[in-house]
Amino acid sequence: MSIAARTTAVGLGGEGAAPSVPHELSELAQKRVIVGYGFWIFLLSDIVMFSTFFAAYAVLVNETAGGPSGRDLFHLDVVAFETAFLLLSSFACGVASIGARAHRDTMYYGAMAVTALLGAGFLFLEVHEFVGMIGIGAGPQRSAFLSAFFTLVGCHGLHVTLGLMWLLTMMAQVFAKGYRPDILRRVLCFALFWHTLDIIWVAIFTVVYLLGVVV
Amino acid sequence: MLGKLTWADIPLDQPIPLIAGVGAFSIVGLVVIYVLLKGWGPYLWREWITSVDHKHIGVMYVFLAAVMLLRGFVDAIMMRSQQALAFQAPGYLPPDHYDQIFAAHGTLMIFFVAMAFVIGLINIVVPLQLGVRDVAFPTLNSVSFWLTATGALLINISLVVGEFSHVGWLPFPPLSELRYSPGVGMDYYLWSLQISGVGTLLTGVNFVTTILKLHAPGMTYMRMPVFCWTAFASMLLIVAAFPVLTATLAMLLLDRYLGFHFFTNEAGGNVMMFNNLIWIWGHPEVYILVLPAFGVFSEVFSTYSGKPLFGYRSMVAATMVICILSFTVWLHHFFTMGAGADVNAVFGILSMIIAVPTGVKVFNWMFTMYGGRVRYASPMYWGIGFIVTIIIAGMTGVLLAVPPADFLLHNSLFLVAHFHNVIIGAILFGMFAGYTYWFPKAFGFRLDERLGKAAFWCWFVGFYLAFMPLYVVGLMGMTRRMQHYDNPAWYPWLLVAAAGAAVILVGIGFQIAQLVVSIRNREELRDTTGDPWDGRALEWSTSSPPPPFNFAVLPHVEGTDAYWLMKQRARERGAPEPEPAYQDIELPRNSATGFVCAFFAAILGFSLIWQIWWLAALAFVGAFATFVVFAWRDRTEYRIPAAEVARIDRENRAARRLALAQMEPAE
Repeated sequence: MSIAARTTAVGLGGEGAAPSVPHELSELAQKRVIVGYGFWIFLLSDIVMFSTFFAAYAVLVNETAGGPSGRDLFHLDVVAFETAFLLLSSFACGVASIGARAHRDTMYYGAMAVTALLGAGFLFLEVHEFVGMIGIGAGPQRSAFLSAFFTLVGCHGLHVTLGLMWLLTMMAQVFAKGYRPDILRRVLCFALFWHTLDIIWVAIFTVVYLLGVVV
Repeated sequence: MLGKLTWADIPLDQPIPLIAGVGAFSIVGLVVIYVLLKGWGPYLWREWITSVDHKHIGVMYVFLAAVMLLRGFVDAIMMRSQQALAFQAPGYLPPDHYDQIFAAHGTLMIFFVAMAFVIGLINIVVPLQLGVRDVAFPTLNSVSFWLTATGALLINISLVVGEFSHVGWLPFPPLSELRYSPGVGMDYYLWSLQISGVGTLLTGVNFVTTILKLHAPGMTYMRMPVFCWTAFASMLLIVAAFPVLTATLAMLLLDRYLGFHFFTNEAGGNVMMFNNLIWIWGHPEVYILVLPAFGVFSEVFSTYSGKPLFGYRSMVAATMVICILSFTVWLHHFFTMGAGADVNAVFGILSMIIAVPTGVKVFNWMFTMYGGRVRYASPMYWGIGFIVTIIIAGMTGVLLAVPPADFLLHNSLFLVAHFHNVIIGAILFGMFAGYTYWFPKAFGFRLDERLGKAAFWCWFVGFYLAFMPLYVVGLMGMTRRMQHYDNPAWYPWLLVAAAGAAVILVGIGFQIAQLVVSIRNREELRDTTGDPWDGRALEWSTSSPPPPFNFAVLPHVEGTDAYWLMKQRARERGAPEPEPAYQDIELPRNSATGFVCAFFAAILGFSLIWQIWWLAALAFVGAFATFVVFAWRDRTEYRIPAAEVARIDRENRAARRLALAQMEPAE
């Protein structure tokens, strides 16, 4: 079954698919595309939400109210580790997707576990950074700049936390149900979600941390 | 244990909201008891509450909108009567209560009447017009509806437990900050909108996917009915704008709950950032609501004129241009911020440019009627009333888009008159037209025409009586939201406005009577063929109400006005299309996910409002568990056998053959 033959079914509501495509199969390919597409639209809306927090951060970045600025607070070495953890977890997530598609247990569970550990490591570093800042009196209540910083970065952290919950659920689902088509569609959505968090982190890394220390 | 909640929060000292609230909840309670005693509970649970059928979900949206319209209209009557009485007098509503009423009126009317009505009609109609069996994600659709209903429930709970926001329909800081609004009213507002906003966003995702990815064979984008296009534009705007609302309200919540400084006066907070952010959502919101109303009128004018829509391509282009331009004009809501002449000029000109595609639409509608065989059914009444009214709204809008004029009219009743002119004259008229037009499709019988026209005349005259005086007092300098006043020049105009509200009340009475009478006479009003208006789009090609699978076989589309082409061919042939080969149809199974999820969301919202943290955590776990349980299902679809499909379809085909035979001599 060629990819091209499968995708002809897209958008035609199951009828009018290429005659060589069996009904069931065309239905499958179609659902996978629709679910992935819908989830992309959702992710775009999530990116719009983040862009609102980015905009607020950009407006408030200099409103330190006499308190510390990014230059005083950010430690790029920690941020480098956070970035490395997250990028590597994205790679592991990609490996897990291949494993799921190939129905290979060790590859899927192993890579998902690595993804989870790296994600948890990222969260640990982030929470550590937050606790440290609050400890020296640079919490979100200190200034508008810090409010915007904690909200933007914290919102990303919250997404990673929810992503971890989802990740564990997906491991359990595959364990309980096997590599069923509907489960594989969810694995696809999870992977899209996890990669999107990476893209947002790259923006946070650049706009918040790099510009915060350099400019 | 119960956070901020104590017995003192039941407003025993304020009789009006308490009696209203207790009355409303007892009516709801009595209805529930009646339904259970009658043994209708299982039917409601099976066919409506857990239904994932887009038609049923749409009907529930419209029902929610109708109930909330009554509630919001009671608020309107109270405001109009207060202002009629409060000339050099305190009136009967204390300022604190009056503030809550205008805040609740705006919030309910925008988020739970207009939004719910628009989304309800889109739900009922769009999959039928596209010629498909359901939306892309049916269960998600049910979740969306129930989250919207949760938001409405929380706002109404605020009548009896605690208070509602005093700030107006948009929570402008610093007034909405904890220091100036320490009560839970603001929190009711914020959490209601956050929860229903999630529902709306998911609807947007669902319908963008549906419209772009699900089509009957041959239904290309440029063959979609204009209502689908306007629904698409509206849903795109939801996906792009509602996340901004969520983020902005989240910032305000962080300010209030955790002492952040986004919009506070101290520590570098920026109040005007709130204005910018909220209107980046708020202006597209106007078009989220009005574009589908334009779509309804496009269907109505073309059907009742017996002609294809004039300028289909320009209509599509105008819709998409408005969709994009709506994101470029937000600053005209606060020219008085003082951004400077250059900025104001740019936004003023951009705002005026939106009048161009809207003007294109108005001309297209008029040219659709021109030369057509126009039938003056009640949807056409709403349509023609709409054209007259929207032109006035457009002109006052262009006037407000001139920054120097806006400096004089900002926050005056002129502005209030302008946006009611849009929201009633375009959005609500459009929804009522759509309600009359598609009612037989949803329920299988038509609405009574005479009462429908009576309702139209009351709404039409009542609207002009109620809001033209507000233009006048606005020009005289009366600001909005005044609990009392002492200017004798305003007084007669406000009396007229109050009379206008009373006329609208009569109109609503006619609408209720229309529904009751039509249900009673439903056998005479029965729509046997599924095509009561000689319609043009695919929703009329199936029976009324449509079977759960909508279409026995998916229709083949060969042009715009797909069903009209099919009918023409059938008339030429003298017989309907030959019977197709029926196949088994798989449909999604019902799911209680939406309802259970909304149950937990309601508890979550309530406990967050009252800061009962343990309960909030419990509710979150419950909502997450609901999704996991849903994800664990093994059977997601059920199968309708081909024989059953054939039986259902043959009935409808027989009715249509009969109608065709009766038509033959006349042709």
